[in-house]
Amino acid sequence: MTLTGMHQPTDETAAAELVRQAKAEGIPIRVAGGGTRGGVGRPAQAGVTVSTAKLRGITLYEPSEMVIGAWAGTPLAEIEATLDAKGQMLAFEPADFRLLYGTNGSPTIGAVAAGNIAGPRRIWAGGCRDSLIGVRFVNGSGELVKSGGRVMKNVTGLDLVKLQAGAWGTLGLLTEVIFKVVPKPDTVATLVLAGLDDPRAIRAMADAITSPFEITGAAHLPDGVGGEGARTYLRIEGFPDSIAYRTDALGKLLAQYGALSRLGDAVGASVWSAIRDAAPLAEPRDQVIWRLSVKPSEAPAAIAAITACRAARAFYDWGGGLIWLATAADGDAGASMIRKAAKAARGYATLLRAPDTLRAVVPVFEPEAPAVAALTKRIKASVDPAGLFNPGLMHAGV
Amino acid sequence: MSAIAFPIPDAGILARRDLIIEGLARLLPPECLVTSEDERRAFETDAFTAYRRMPMAVCLPRNTAEVSAVLSFCHDHGVPVIPRGAGTSLCGGAIPQEDAVVIGVSKMNRILEIDYPNRLARVEPGVTNLAITNAVTADGFFYAPDPSSQLACTIGGNIGMNSGGAHCLKYGVTTNNILGVTLVLMDGTVVEIGGEAMDAPGYDLLGLVCGSEGQLGIMTEATVRILRAAEGARPVLFGFETSKQAGEAVAAIIGAGIVPVAMEFMDKPAIDICEAFAHAGYPMDVDALLIIEVEGSDAEMDAMLGRIVEIAKMHGVKTVKESKSAIETAAIWKGRKSAFGATGRIADYICMDGTIPTGQLPFVLKRIDEIVKGYGLRVANVFHAGDGNLHPLILYNCNDPVEAQKAEDAGNDILKLCVEVGGCLTGEHGVGIEKRDLMTHQFNEVDLHQQMKIRAAFDPGWLMNPAKVFPLEGRLPVEDGALNGKAA
Repeated sequence: MTLTGMHQPTDETAAAELVRQAKAEGIPIRVAGGGTRGGVGRPAQAGVTVSTAKLRGITLYEPSEMVIGAWAGTPLAEIEATLDAKGQMLAFEPADFRLLYGTNGSPTIGAVAAGNIAGPRRIWAGGCRDSLIGVRFVNGSGELVKSGGRVMKNVTGLDLVKLQAGAWGTLGLLTEVIFKVVPKPDTVATLVLAGLDDPRAIRAMADAITSPFEITGAAHLPDGVGGEGARTYLRIEGFPDSIAYRTDALGKLLAQYGALSRLGDAVGASVWSAIRDAAPLAEPRDQVIWRLSVKPSEAPAAIAAITACRAARAFYDWGGGLIWLATAADGDAGASMIRKAAKAARGYATLLRAPDTLRAVVPVFEPEAPAVAALTKRIKASVDPAGLFNPGLMHAGV
Repeated sequence: MSAIAFPIPDAGILARRDLIIEGLARLLPPECLVTSEDERRAFETDAFTAYRRMPMAVCLPRNTAEVSAVLSFCHDHGVPVIPRGAGTSLCGGAIPQEDAVVIGVSKMNRILEIDYPNRLARVEPGVTNLAITNAVTADGFFYAPDPSSQLACTIGGNIGMNSGGAHCLKYGVTTNNILGVTLVLMDGTVVEIGGEAMDAPGYDLLGLVCGSEGQLGIMTEATVRILRAAEGARPVLFGFETSKQAGEAVAAIIGAGIVPVAMEFMDKPAIDICEAFAHAGYPMDVDALLIIEVEGSDAEMDAMLGRIVEIAKMHGVKTVKESKSAIETAAIWKGRKSAFGATGRIADYICMDGTIPTGQLPFVLKRIDEIVKGYGLRVANVFHAGDGNLHPLILYNCNDPVEAQKAEDAGNDILKLCVEVGGCLTGEHGVGIEKRDLMTHQFNEVDLHQQMKIRAAFDPGWLMNPAKVFPLEGRLPVEDGALNGKAA
């Protein structure tokens, strides 16, 4: 019997068996979770889809040890609700791409790990890969492999956990993921500075982040992006007394940039979820979305260089370290010029949203230097020698 | 002492020693090449002093180009290389072998750039951990991972071993604090990994390199994250009648949503040893001591400490003693950070480094006591309680072979116990040679083979630090078809 269509293994033994069958038949596998991020990457050529949708459930949760584990297909919402009930959360504020891609379905924790998806808290708490401490996965030989575990300090052997974060399922089928978690803050305050141009906003955010006041979010929305007037948002978290003290101290520190005002809690929360999910750029849907990761101080120059060449709307997260940019889908969607600007800003660019036709011809992930590309290929071959998993999703031939 | 095996030195390489040294001498100036027996002796072991092997030669290159030239030469001549930072490894990670060339990074010791707005520093691998913090302290910044050996250990070694420290409960370990590295592969290829942005494209090679124990390449430059220090920091001593109470207090503090910057545990023997050395004012009438450090403004620290004291009282805390001055704070941390050295004053010891789920603390502490007593030895426990990273120090006399064997056996039993309760063999010291042969307790054959295949993607000929991490038995064939890891 030839493998075709969609398969939803209900345990990891069945998942491994499926992979062995696919290998025997030489059929490439598209790995799917909740199907909400299917627009990421180059259009992959696969004969069969293996979904983790029925590989779900929390495998371990010890609040006093600040650790949670789950089968890869567990909905992110279930993880977050479980943590919330004990006053905890994932530290890295994973983004939800449903609005960006116009997808339904339920994002899974496995895809969050595979995509290394982090939100605004990245600047304070690290990325998804920094919280991910254990994985189990099926490699390209259909073997179950484990790396890391449930303890947060672990240097035993090579760290294949990090390698899986951001591999987008090209290095195997994740079956279980384990994260360290953090307590939810008592109080969250969103502070805003109005009317700054991009360079001043980046400086204000750097001043805030390099203060001792533990900034957990720093984003700048220029005039016309998600609202009227430029807004520079800062977030602090902690006990109420501490919030009051830090708000006051930050107001003094940033006085040269204008008055620092505090948003209401509900408004503040909606601001950060919009920034996290790149909501201000989701429409119009025919525009492509670029995600640039750069040296924060160089971010305004990168945007200036890009907008001098083509119409684009952009905003900054991570104190300038992350740029979300929307532009028209014509030509190469600005790829060569945007990548040049990102490189000049000591970073790189990913074409996160674009029509299939464009993603088939424009590299979605940053093209790699020859020495790195060679390592990438050898690592891929060492995990997935037959090239079964999401072939070509990140790079041609990988 | 039961011998941890080393590979049989390759007679062909040994026979070519003069030619190899001649070749190296063409690549490096005389002051960067150590060949005399006396001078090589300084490199024959590291802080895991029970084992030593004299290397053929020691290279001390000054830059990426020289590292690349030396590696390329060794690659072409099939000579194993042993990367070395400051040689402070507790697991034998930098111990050479007779047919190998040591490549030390000590001459690459400059801080190249400090960039506060972007919160990063570019440094060479031979810079010490503490030197990075010292370079930015006056401006209110610090480099977060703080292994006890931070005065001596290098950032190159830290990245190689993914070092931790007392403050990683809040700030993470090395892998969470590095943005990029320049890595030279065994064949001399120079690879730029990561950089100055918070994310790197493609596979997380940086994550793979951190903690790879010098098996994937030699790092010649690193971009590290520097952080703004809190307004103030205050360690507080909490003395308990029993280890069980202290362990339960730790779980309760975390369970209450409080994550102090550090939570360090010492048992009675460790308190006695450290107090005698550091005169830190540790309470002497308790069986377990927690050093809990909080950060922030004075008011913030007061508020957080208030909550911690309340929880500690519910768990029967006997003594609470706050640091009242910078001098007291320094003494408190000096005592903790010199625990290993202070122990060395009273006996030889081997230091274990397993991590356990913190919920297992009371059970594991009891079992460690039983295990060590079962061998007729003594143990002192100092460890990072917040993250379950244990450091039992097993005391013995190294001049007594029978006792030395017992100490090693007790250590192995303790590490197996750590794995059995859901933890791991090593939390921050690394596998090296010390825990290499225990790897099969934590990983099955499939796990280890997958790691070895990925290792081979970087070093197909298994020339880089080849005797470490993976058991010598059961290795995958190297590229030239010869079986790797024939044991001596």
